[in-house]
Amino acid sequence: MVNPVDLSVRLGPLELRNPVIAASGCFGYGVEYAGVVDLATLGGVAVKGLFLTEREGHPPERIVETPSGMVNAIGLQGIGVHRFIREKMPELRDRGATVLVNICGSTLDEYVELARILSDVEGVAALELNISCPNIKEGGITFGCSLPGTHQVVSAVRRVTPLPVIPKLTPNVTDVAAFARAAEDAGADAVSLVNTFLAMVIDVETRRPELSNVVGGLSGPAIRPIAVRMVYECRQAVKIPVIGMGGIASARDAIEFFIAGASAIQIGTANFVDPFIWGKVLSGIAEYMTRHSIARISDLVGTLDTTAREQQWTSS
Amino acid sequence: MLSVFSVVNQKYHRSPNHEITKCPYTSLVVVDVDAEVVANTRLSADYNVIALAAPAIASDVKPGQFVMVRVGTGSDPLLRRPFSVFEILRDERGRATAITLLNKRVGVGTRLLFKMERGHVVPVLGPLGRPFEPVEPPIRAWLVAGGVGLAPFATLAETLRTRAVDVTLFYGGRSATDLFYVDWFQRLGVRTVLTTEDGTQGERGRVTLPLERALRSIDREQPIMMYACGPEPMLEAVAHLARRFDRPSQVSVERVMGCGLGGCYSCVIRVRQHHGGSHFVRSCIGGPVFRGDEIVW
Ligand SMILES: Cc1cc2nc3c(=O)[nH]c(=O)nc-3n(C[C@H](O)[C@H](O)[C@H](O)COP(=O)(O)OP(=O)(O)OC[C@H]3O[C@@H](n4cnc5c(N)ncnc54)[C@H](O)[C@@H]3O)c2cc1C
Ligand SMILES: Cc1cc2nc3c(=O)[nH]c(=O)nc-3n(C[C@H](O)[C@H](O)[C@H](O)COP(=O)(O)O)c2cc1C
Ligand code: FES
Repeated sequence: MVNPVDLSVRLGPLELRNPVIAASGCFGYGVEYAGVVDLATLGGVAVKGLFLTEREGHPPERIVETPSGMVNAIGLQGIGVHRFIREKMPELRDRGATVLVNICGSTLDEYVELARILSDVEGVAALELNISCPNIKEGGITFGCSLPGTHQVVSAVRRVTPLPVIPKLTPNVTDVAAFARAAEDAGADAVSLVNTFLAMVIDVETRRPELSNVVGGLSGPAIRPIAVRMVYECRQAVKIPVIGMGGIASARDAIEFFIAGASAIQIGTANFVDPFIWGKVLSGIAEYMTRHSIARISDLVGTLDTTAREQQWTSS
Repeated sequence: MLSVFSVVNQKYHRSPNHEITKCPYTSLVVVDVDAEVVANTRLSADYNVIALAAPAIASDVKPGQFVMVRVGTGSDPLLRRPFSVFEILRDERGRATAITLLNKRVGVGTRLLFKMERGHVVPVLGPLGRPFEPVEPPIRAWLVAGGVGLAPFATLAETLRTRAVDVTLFYGGRSATDLFYVDWFQRLGVRTVLTTEDGTQGERGRVTLPLERALRSIDREQPIMMYACGPEPMLEAVAHLARRFDRPSQVSVERVMGCGLGGCYSCVIRVRQHHGGSHFVRSCIGGPVFRGDEIVW
């Protein structure tokens, strides 16, 4: 018999029924998965990155597998915010999904416009600002890779929306914690990290790049230790909640992020491998909490014990 | 808010609310079966047929649909691999118990499937994708297979023959050692036309040679449907022949697939839009079967 455990989390103004969120770009618009998982049982659904208008994306090849990971350059193919609101939001609402809309712009004005439009849409729970996509040249990342840029885009969006604002940070910087601080200063309600790591794979027989875009973003278990470290650093640097992700493929992996300081987590690549992962991770977290007598998931967040190992060393 | 989660030990995971799922393309019920390998038959140095106990998929799958197989155990290889369902195996009472895959060794994952032993358990997700639309008599069915593209045609031929459709299989391979199950199709009452690139069996050359001749000689009044699966250049050639002779076609495309469920946008193919122009469609849910004239080659 599993004791009831409290998995609900509060990320500033955003309340989630549990801390497990589907990562943007890895779960379509959510509705694709409605036949596989009850969307209402997820903590949240971060939908595929949306621009103001439709985008075609890059030509294939768009993904290539690497040791314990994959590199993608999808190029943010998407239906644009208006079609999303018309065609996908009603079903997401009907199914009780907590929707985090991942937004991307080429300019500051586009982010602001997207935030304005989405603020009036029933059922949108939060905005995740994608300022970290490594796969498109014309924007987003130019904000995400500069401290003033990050501050600028977050504060501009903050001014026009009552929705929770969650900038998604890129790991392709020297000091990710400084970016979390810039986001916090600009009024972010939380930060999420990490997006993918810039990467590249070459077919040595043909000497051609495996991806049409030449470079792409690395995700999956291969990046997990780096992501854990970055979440840990951000947790030290800011007071706002941190949403952690990068290579999570099991309850154990999720718990590692909670201990490092993530208040909630997202799962991306592992959903491709096992679309039924959600129930397994949630029950695994509950089982762990029961085993460790942890009543509320928030009691686990940021509980890294750095003293134990030092004592072991001195005593040996 | 309190939540209780209990671990449910089930052999496969079933979608929780499939009755309200309204996806026009994918199967209503997608399951992930821990399937035991019940047989692995080598056909040649590169081809094998692997039988997987998966009643929930076997009883539901339609010709042309595919499964995503988790070939490795750890995280390398990480992603599942897509495979057409080749045969549906039944027990003595006629219940579907297993599926087989026709596997061609090309890389790390297919190599694992090639040497996988009986008793091994592999997660198999399916059935997935938009199936072929089988025709009825008096329409004749012409199946055009290149190499491992034979895979979806065993179940399609069975369905068509059950409907008493006149079926011809145009089947091409590199060499005689690359052609399999020819007598299986013949026993079903399927006419077979074989080609090999080296001339070791059937006509020498590409499979589109006898196909083009047949298109030229058949009575204009006789309706036919062409079904094609194989390398993309072959699909393109078949679609062009279909257009030239003003015949309908259905082609099954193969793209690198990360998820098989519409989640990743890796598997896109350029498809014509009704109002002109074209766009990228996810072939895992919009396909893998398309009308030949839909695709921008
Ligand atoms: C809907 C669908 C049905 C399929 N049905 C069958 C089938 O019945 N039998 C069968 O043997 N194969 C089938 N394939 C192809 C099969 O999925 C690939 O051969 C397999 O994924 C390669 O995996 P690997 O690990 O062996 O190769 P990798 O080591 O990943 O790659 C080796 C080589 O194979 C190429 N490759 C990778 N993925 C694909 C792909 N999807 N299609 C073509 N080439 C690819 C790579 O570009 C590379 O050159 C199907 C593919 C699709 C999309
Ligand atoms: C195919 C693919 C598409 C992605 N698309 C987006 C996107 O549109 N917006 C975004 O913010 N992140 C996107 N990401 C990044 C993921 O949301 C996530 O940050 C990253 O993959 C790390 O998590 P993981 O290792 O669990 O996949 C994408 C990742 C993948 C693999
Ligand atoms: S394989 Fe992922 S969207 Fe088609």
